[in-house]
Amino acid sequence: MQTPQDSDSLQSSRSGKRDSRRHTPKANMSGLYQRAIREAFIKLDPRTEVKNPVMFVVWVGTIVTFLVTLDPNLFGTVQADPGQQRLLNGLITFILFFTLVFANFAEAVAEGRGKAQADALRSTRSDTIAHKLLPDGSIQEVSSTELQRGDQVKVVAGDMIPADGEVIKGIASVDESAITGESAPVLKQPGTDIMSSVTGGTRILSDELILKVASDPGQGFIDRMIALVEGAERVKTPNEIALTVLLTVLTLVFLIVVATVSPLANYVQAPTTIAILISLLVALIPTTIGGLLSAIGIAGMDRVAQFNVIATSGRAVEACGDISTLVLDKTGTITLGNRLADEFIPVDGHTVEEVAQIALAASVFDETPEGKSIVILAERNSANINFNTDDASGVEFTARTRMSGTDLPNGKEVRKGAVDAVKGFVRSRGGTIPVQLDAAYERVSRLGGTPLAVCQDGEIYGVIYLKDIVKAGLRERFDQLRRMGVKTIMLTGDNRITASVIAEEAGVDDFIAEATPEDKIDVIRREQAEGKLVAMTGDGTNDAPALAQANVGVAMNSGTQAAKEAANMVDLDSDPTKLIDLVTIGKQLLITRGALTTFSIANDIAKYFAIIPTIFAAAGIGSLNIMGLKSPQSAIISALIYNALIIPALIPLALKGVQFRPLTADQLLRRNILIYGVGGVIAPFIAIKIIDVLLPFS
Amino acid sequence: MFQGWIQIALTLLIVVAITPFLGGYMARVYLGERTLLDPVLNPVERILFKLSGVQTRENMTGWQYIKAVLYSNLVMALLLTFILFSQGWLPFNPTALSEPTWDTVLHTVISFITNTDQQHYSGETTYGYFAQFAGLGYMLFVSAATGLAVGIAFIRGLTGRPLGNFYVDLTQSITRILLPIGIIGTILFIAGGVPETLTGPAIVPTLENPAISQAIARGPVAHFEILKQIGENGGGFFAVNSAHPFENPSPFTNLIQTVGMVMIPSSFIYTYGVIANNRKQAWLVYGMVLTISIVFIIFNGISEYNGNPAVNALLGGQVPNLEGKEVRFGWAQSALFSVITTGTMTGAVNSFHDSFMPTGGFVMMSNMFLQIIWGGQGTGTAYLFAYLILAVFVTGLMVGRTPEFLGRKIEKREVVLAGFLILLVHPIAILIPGAIAMSLPSAPDGVTAQGFYNGITNPSFHGLTQVLYEYASAAANNGSGFGGLLTSQPAPSALWWNLSASFSLLAGRYVPIVALLLLADSMSRKQPVPMTSGTLRTDTGLFTGITAGVILIMGALTFFPVLALGPIAEAFQIAKGIG
Repeated sequence: MQTPQDSDSLQSSRSGKRDSRRHTPKANMSGLYQRAIREAFIKLDPRTEVKNPVMFVVWVGTIVTFLVTLDPNLFGTVQADPGQQRLLNGLITFILFFTLVFANFAEAVAEGRGKAQADALRSTRSDTIAHKLLPDGSIQEVSSTELQRGDQVKVVAGDMIPADGEVIKGIASVDESAITGESAPVLKQPGTDIMSSVTGGTRILSDELILKVASDPGQGFIDRMIALVEGAERVKTPNEIALTVLLTVLTLVFLIVVATVSPLANYVQAPTTIAILISLLVALIPTTIGGLLSAIGIAGMDRVAQFNVIATSGRAVEACGDISTLVLDKTGTITLGNRLADEFIPVDGHTVEEVAQIALAASVFDETPEGKSIVILAERNSANINFNTDDASGVEFTARTRMSGTDLPNGKEVRKGAVDAVKGFVRSRGGTIPVQLDAAYERVSRLGGTPLAVCQDGEIYGVIYLKDIVKAGLRERFDQLRRMGVKTIMLTGDNRITASVIAEEAGVDDFIAEATPEDKIDVIRREQAEGKLVAMTGDGTNDAPALAQANVGVAMNSGTQAAKEAANMVDLDSDPTKLIDLVTIGKQLLITRGALTTFSIANDIAKYFAIIPTIFAAAGIGSLNIMGLKSPQSAIISALIYNALIIPALIPLALKGVQFRPLTADQLLRRNILIYGVGGVIAPFIAIKIIDVLLPFS
Repeated sequence: MFQGWIQIALTLLIVVAITPFLGGYMARVYLGERTLLDPVLNPVERILFKLSGVQTRENMTGWQYIKAVLYSNLVMALLLTFILFSQGWLPFNPTALSEPTWDTVLHTVISFITNTDQQHYSGETTYGYFAQFAGLGYMLFVSAATGLAVGIAFIRGLTGRPLGNFYVDLTQSITRILLPIGIIGTILFIAGGVPETLTGPAIVPTLENPAISQAIARGPVAHFEILKQIGENGGGFFAVNSAHPFENPSPFTNLIQTVGMVMIPSSFIYTYGVIANNRKQAWLVYGMVLTISIVFIIFNGISEYNGNPAVNALLGGQVPNLEGKEVRFGWAQSALFSVITTGTMTGAVNSFHDSFMPTGGFVMMSNMFLQIIWGGQGTGTAYLFAYLILAVFVTGLMVGRTPEFLGRKIEKREVVLAGFLILLVHPIAILIPGAIAMSLPSAPDGVTAQGFYNGITNPSFHGLTQVLYEYASAAANNGSGFGGLLTSQPAPSALWWNLSASFSLLAGRYVPIVALLLLADSMSRKQPVPMTSGTLRTDTGLFTGITAGVILIMGALTFFPVLALGPIAEAFQIAKGIG
């Protein structure tokens, strides 16, 4: 939770830099395809294939066609010329084999890309020497992989931080560019929510720190991400399981259809061979989606990783697509964290110049972006520092006083801060409250700004208007979200008036002003009670319950360990705006899966029309051969070649994902059903015909 | 020709006109709202529930409902078995019929309890009056009411309500829906000339030679007949069913029969619309089903009107195909009746389906494969929405959310249930026994032969159609016979057909019922997700069109090889002029 005054956090200095986002260490993709090809063959192991019921049927079919290639009469005498029969069966075996290899290749490429991503991450955390602090105070050198949760380690300038942890002593600047891509070093110190957490693999640049290790070896966030993108620990998501069930049922249905067709065909004196029946089966079962399903899932995780977000489960990524409410903090998410001084409003006879002069004096020692902006505005209003700064002393902002300022060499105290805090200060100095103050306060609030009162001893000079700047382009994104059916709720510590103005300007659907951390969890519960899935971001320890309650909780990497543990995603860039992108990634994943399923199933019409009329030509149904395929052999081989080639042809789509457009559900459905449904009906007719023409069969 | 199409159009218009009234009335009945018949029926039902000890306010869970269905059906089936076996000494048996073979009784019992009424016997020469009206007639009520109860429980679950109480639904389906319509229908049938008597066959001298007398079978037909139609039962009092002049004497009774069989299943879609408070979706789905049905009727009608080219060549001109048809109904009413009876799972016939042109066979089999072109009593609508759920699951992902139907997420459990019930039951119950039957030897060498014989009377494509039609009719709980199979005698082939069809009957009835109720149960327990602009809307023309596509690809394409090798191949054969 950010109160109006403490916005000089890490996150604010980072926010809004969309261009500086994709900074995951560059994955090394060379040799990816060679490795994937090798993997594709290794995955032919039946123990691997059996996990995918659709492809396992193809696997068994390949074995059978191979056997009837060796001996065409193995399952009963075939009338045709054995030599020709052997050739046809051999061709079928060959194509089925490659159907399997292509499907394995799709999965291997997706895994390979994940592995490359993981390797790049892993390189940041190569085994380092850690200086473990023993209970007696002595230091022992151990390998970073041996560190246990709770161990204390000492790191000095130049060291690699050996593990995720919490700073318990010392102040130091740390270079986190390895994981965030942000080159500016970050200050770490104990006790503060945000600044006390460090990530393994980052480098300490100055001074030294004592850390408490937060995770056991192999359990850190990066380890978890590596496991996920590598696919080794991939657990199927609920939706993937449901889809697998449907594909299995379809496979069973076609298994029955093909198994029972033989006696029927014999009865009508249009007998056919086992190799041809297997071809029919493989053409009908949903091999396209069956072969690409796991690749789609892995690629989805990979896309999240490329966005520099660590997801702890595939389920979380999928849930992103179902989100219907986003709970967003105002500061850093909707507005730029650093508010800028925009205007000085004098009260009770003071002039703008006087206010500027006092404000400047009060801000000399203020290093926050707000403070600096006040200095700049004051200087523009021809104020200048008319005292010796060496003799003056700065008064730092604290959450209790909610003021900062300067004690001048002449003994006067200048202060700036929250209006009621300054009122209290002035009263304590025996001053009076100017009548125009409330009007000025209200005016600034109505503009959506934060008013800071400035005073010198017992006299209030005026109000600084700190303007909250809504991030560029957010309005359009919220409009997109609204079209996609996602509601946005803004939470802010600001007063109602300010909050409503910012909410209006940013275009959020709802806001909660003067919000406490408890409000955050309340609003999530309220939305969930209506059946909605809620996503939120957070960084503080007091956000942890809300992060855990939310269906998708994204913790900022700059946040505390507690927050990160409660969340199911961690954003390495600490950019809360990314939540919006995550919704898109989740939706894209589901759309890709649905689109390829629809395409795969729609293909069956053409395959039926290619194969059935030609293989049962003896039954006199040749007129159904509307594609005019040359012969039964040519029809079957064409359909099978199409069936095999469509898998590698769709790999890029499976990996990249179907292009997502922020449209309403109806528009999306119309568009996608046209491309993948209707397209899925038509495309194979054309492709099979072309292959048939190209094939050298008579 | 024009007259025929007008007859068809008017009949369908009546059906559509009835829908909102009957559908609305059924919704009021099942929602427990006030209806016109309350003053009469409330006390009657109170007594019934008191006597049977049914706790009317108690809602059942999915499994409780399933158990209630299964146990009650089992008890009813045992009762029927007893009646059929003991008809020899039971009263009202003027023709002194003795007990049929055990496999005939088994098949009859299973066929009637499953609301199929597939008949491997001739009614007038197999079962006496008591067995007909007290045994089979009882089944006409309870099997239809079981279907309605399951259908309404499914709709309740889908719309997030508790499933209700099976015994209450069963009772009210009879007292408030089947009985009132049945009474009106019986009166109309009697007025139309259908007999309702317990006296034995009339013995009359023949016109040709008054010295020779003829026995004309009759019986308590009128009430049996209306229940046969409105309950989608289809089991005729006489062997030739609605083609018999005592079952269906005139175009007037034929109109009542046609409207009667489609009235409840079509109105039930509207009942869904009222209960789900989404009449738009109900009408869209209704429109989809009606459109498919009309396309089938047009196909069938045109090919029957054009007649058989081989016959036409002999006659030297085009005449409608009237083989196996009653002249009083003509090609139009026969074509319409055959599509409606196979679409609604009634299974009554007013013409010989075996004699239709191959297009007819194609259309009728497609109807039964899909079993949603109105579909069975209550269960048809449930199937329809199970298809909608599948369509949502397959295409719903394409809007980028976990698919939801009526605000409830479709997850693994729902896919297992809907996928299994919609896609897998039919191939198992039709194709597997079909393939086995086709592999059996065709005719026994003498009556004493041991083992199973398929008893197919036609070679090639038509023989294949006969077999697959029989199993489709059993599995879809339709009950109509294509004809041409030796299903009642000789004993060896009758045994095969009685046993194998019984398997299809049971699998086609109870597996889906269990799956539907579990599906409804799991949907009703889900936390509904509010609608947003990101939610897939299922009550649009676009989505209804997609559903039609899913039904075509997932439901119909499965049977494309069968259709290609059966009616389609036969059609090409006839077109080439070999037939």
